[in-house]
Amino acid sequence: MAPEAVETDSLHQIPLGKAAIWWFLASEIMVFGGLITSYVLMMFAHGGFAEQAVHVKWKLGALNTLVLLTSSMTMILALASARKKDLEKTRMFLGITVLLGLTFLVIKIFFEYIPEIGEGFTPASGMFWSFYFGMTGLHGVHVFGGIVANFCLFIYTMRKVDWSLLERRVEYAGLYWHFVDVVWIFLFPLLYLT
Amino acid sequence: MSTAVAAGAHAHEHHELGFIRRYIFSTDHKVIAKQYMTASALMAILGGLAAYLIRWQLAWPETDVPGWGPFGPENYNAYITMHGTIMIFFVAMPFLLGAFGNFLIPLMVGADDMAFPRLNALSFWTLTVASTILIISMLLPEGPAAAGWTGYAPLSANPLYTGVHWGQNLWILAIAAEFGSFLMGGINFLVTTLNMRAPGMSLMRMPLVVWTEVTASVLFLLSVGPLIAGAIMLFLDRTMGTGFFLPDKGGDPLLWEHLFWFFGHPEVYVVALPGFGIMLEILSVFSRKPIFGYKMIVYSTITTGILSFVVWAHHMFVSGIDPRLATPFSITTILISVPFAILVFCMTATLYGASIRFTAAMLFALGGLITFILGGVTGIFLGSASSDIYMHGTYFVVSHFHYVLFPTVFFGGFGGLYFWYPKMFGRMMNETLGKIHFWGTFIFFNCTFIPLFFAGLGGTPRRLYEFSNYEMLAHLQPLQVMATWSLIGLLIVQFPFLFNFLYSMFRGKVAEKNPWHANSLEWTLDSPPPHPNFPTPPRVYHDPYEYSVPGMSEDWLPQDQPMPVGAATAAGE
Amino acid sequence: MPESVSTFGGDIDSIIRLIFYIVGAWFVAVEVLIVYFAIRYRRRGPRQAAYLKGDSWQQASWVLIPVAIVLVLDLGLDVAGHAAWETEKLTLPTAQYEVGVSAKQFNWEFVYPGPDGKLGTEDDVTIENELHVPVGKVVRLELSSKDVLHSFSVPNFRLRQDVVPGRVIRAWFQADKPGTYEIQCTELCGFGHYTMHGNVFVQTQQDYDNWKRDNLKPASAAGAQ
Repeated sequence: MAPEAVETDSLHQIPLGKAAIWWFLASEIMVFGGLITSYVLMMFAHGGFAEQAVHVKWKLGALNTLVLLTSSMTMILALASARKKDLEKTRMFLGITVLLGLTFLVIKIFFEYIPEIGEGFTPASGMFWSFYFGMTGLHGVHVFGGIVANFCLFIYTMRKVDWSLLERRVEYAGLYWHFVDVVWIFLFPLLYLT
Repeated sequence: MSTAVAAGAHAHEHHELGFIRRYIFSTDHKVIAKQYMTASALMAILGGLAAYLIRWQLAWPETDVPGWGPFGPENYNAYITMHGTIMIFFVAMPFLLGAFGNFLIPLMVGADDMAFPRLNALSFWTLTVASTILIISMLLPEGPAAAGWTGYAPLSANPLYTGVHWGQNLWILAIAAEFGSFLMGGINFLVTTLNMRAPGMSLMRMPLVVWTEVTASVLFLLSVGPLIAGAIMLFLDRTMGTGFFLPDKGGDPLLWEHLFWFFGHPEVYVVALPGFGIMLEILSVFSRKPIFGYKMIVYSTITTGILSFVVWAHHMFVSGIDPRLATPFSITTILISVPFAILVFCMTATLYGASIRFTAAMLFALGGLITFILGGVTGIFLGSASSDIYMHGTYFVVSHFHYVLFPTVFFGGFGGLYFWYPKMFGRMMNETLGKIHFWGTFIFFNCTFIPLFFAGLGGTPRRLYEFSNYEMLAHLQPLQVMATWSLIGLLIVQFPFLFNFLYSMFRGKVAEKNPWHANSLEWTLDSPPPHPNFPTPPRVYHDPYEYSVPGMSEDWLPQDQPMPVGAATAAGE
Repeated sequence: MPESVSTFGGDIDSIIRLIFYIVGAWFVAVEVLIVYFAIRYRRRGPRQAAYLKGDSWQQASWVLIPVAIVLVLDLGLDVAGHAAWETEKLTLPTAQYEVGVSAKQFNWEFVYPGPDGKLGTEDDVTIENELHVPVGKVVRLELSSKDVLHSFSVPNFRLRQDVVPGRVIRAWFQADKPGTYEIQCTELCGFGHYTMHGNVFVQTQQDYDNWKRDNLKPASAAGAQ
């Protein structure tokens, strides 16, 4: 049989942007994975951080968990609306997601970090606090990045949109936003419920 | 040249692209590749200068270095750090991945450009920012980072231990930026290769250099995360009073070592694999033979990648880890030599029954294979925990890793340059100068590092400013002198190459499309290829290694031409 | 290589020698083969190259069988070397002498038990850069660091152990030939790393006892530099 051109693989069917986001998230998982693994190992070496961890504001942490989970839901609803080409709803859900993200950061910064520093707990206050500020800080930077991305999409919906473009970008931003949410789901019990 | 026949306005726009858009902020992968090449060349000069200073000091301690001046212990630690950091992060990766990966991947898979051309440009400019930060750190009065390219804590975590404050901080930032640059580049390579191949270009029909570039990208993508985490922690230790790696604050220096080497080991394959890929391409073309064992090589490449994640503690046998861990890591380390053995044997088998043309490119590919093997076998001494007790931290290690890195990066890289120069620049390089460059590099490289194996066996520790404190090392000094003379020769013999490279760009013989009669898709295009790459989209019929197919009058068959019926039957396909 | 004078040094040297013979043989064989092929199969006239893709099991076995041999030999090396590793790193024979080693930028502080014979008590004596031990006796070292990573290395003993601040790591050796052997620091520890030199004085029991009597007195100043 003379060899002929064969059909190329099905990976052709995944849109470029989606593939890129997944690879990006894979590397991000390794970053947070590295931090979380280091934290867990340190935790075992330091007797569970029980003493130092007592002072985290777990109720606010739980509230923030709720905030982020809700924002993931509104992000999904934004995508669903974009798929139905409902501009009003898409804009609304994107806006709520942005607001919820900002709520998360406000609670974190103004009701946790600043009071904690006031109470004398800084990153230099011991291994637990180093990890607490380091991990939630890095997470917060990622939340901020997501807020910016979602806000840009929100602005885009103020005018006429190219639906296929909007749909794709809401999906990609959504993937990133869900990832940020999942990282928090790991951080919350590790830091707040020890 | 872009087909001006296209829609008038569009073509007009292309011609309007000013110098800045075409050459400085270009999104064309071929231009970006050349930008990476230029960047790596400039940084290689810095890295080579560092090597010269270090080696002069080691051969003739306490003398002024010609062309530089006094070189004291306060500079030495900084320069060994800069040499390692620059060579790995700012020369090897930009050269093998940034330059060759960018240039070759779209052309070889039949795509018009990378999946994300603007991201590609951003990745290059991020690297430029990273390099600038590193260079600034070298100009600070206190000097740049001085804790080794491995940056072990607590030496690197508390400025008091080295006396270097912002030099070390900027080092962390420069490397972090470099990581960002290659993460962006890696995503581009992966998505382009997996999603933008031309019709008929199945994964098992891709040139092997694409396989190696892609595997390297995946390795980097998945291994760098923990070190980014570590770098953040190190930066916090240095600036915010945390103590992740400082025992006084409850931290653990070994945590840094684990995070570093979890990345560090896959990283050496990130550098080595593309170099091998380049050598494989050259070997096939100038042997006029298919690569022996294409599938074996693909599976070996992937296996090497996977195994590279579970060997890291062989850098840490005597570091204070639980000694029981030495056994599993010795086993995984021994296992990883298997895919590399397959690779080397397949390359050797490719030469069997060949019809070899000794062009400069082929000399470098062969020379690279020959020198790499010494690096590979000396690794066995280090991968076995008991013998590593003696060898660790000595010049034996230094020679080993130069013998695995230099052949892949420089022999592979130079080979690639001589091979693809016609395609990149539309001209031929001078073959005679190329041969002089090869023999000089080959001889001087070996004469530099073979003495250092013996220095290590004799008990010479690495990273020492000088050896006069150790009586037991006095008789080994001639080895250090020999190594330095050879290094100077090695540096000097690069000048004919530089001259050849630059001169040929303007005065070299104009190159045809396919001066080497090679099969992969880039050779079907003009030299240099137009923008966009493929005026007509290619269709691929077979792998790129159909050389000397029985029954054919020509000894080569481009990928975009189907196998002639008679030849196909004769080959038994 | 420097003379090996410790009891486990010989085991380490054996494995190094074994590795050398095995990889040396492979190295020579493969390199000779490559050079031979390069010369034998250089382009001469119109002879066409052989069309061998290596994609059949028969052809692939030319690579896979040598690789299998390499794998078996490599695993054998790991097995052969395990005993030496175990002896130096996994066992801690009952010590007849104990010395504390405190590494710092940039010298080695050796802490000897004083007249009470116990380490870690008030009458311990600290001497810089000199480790005195009697020949033929098991010596245990308690390694620690006051600042950064160092690495305690005595090439003549085939002994090396990184010293980590925040931990106490135990090592041991038994030297079987009197003499003076150099100590190196083999982990970059700062600008003075190259000055971190010391000496092990392996002495006959008589000489050691004399030295001990003269130097390990309570509250004596640090001994001879």
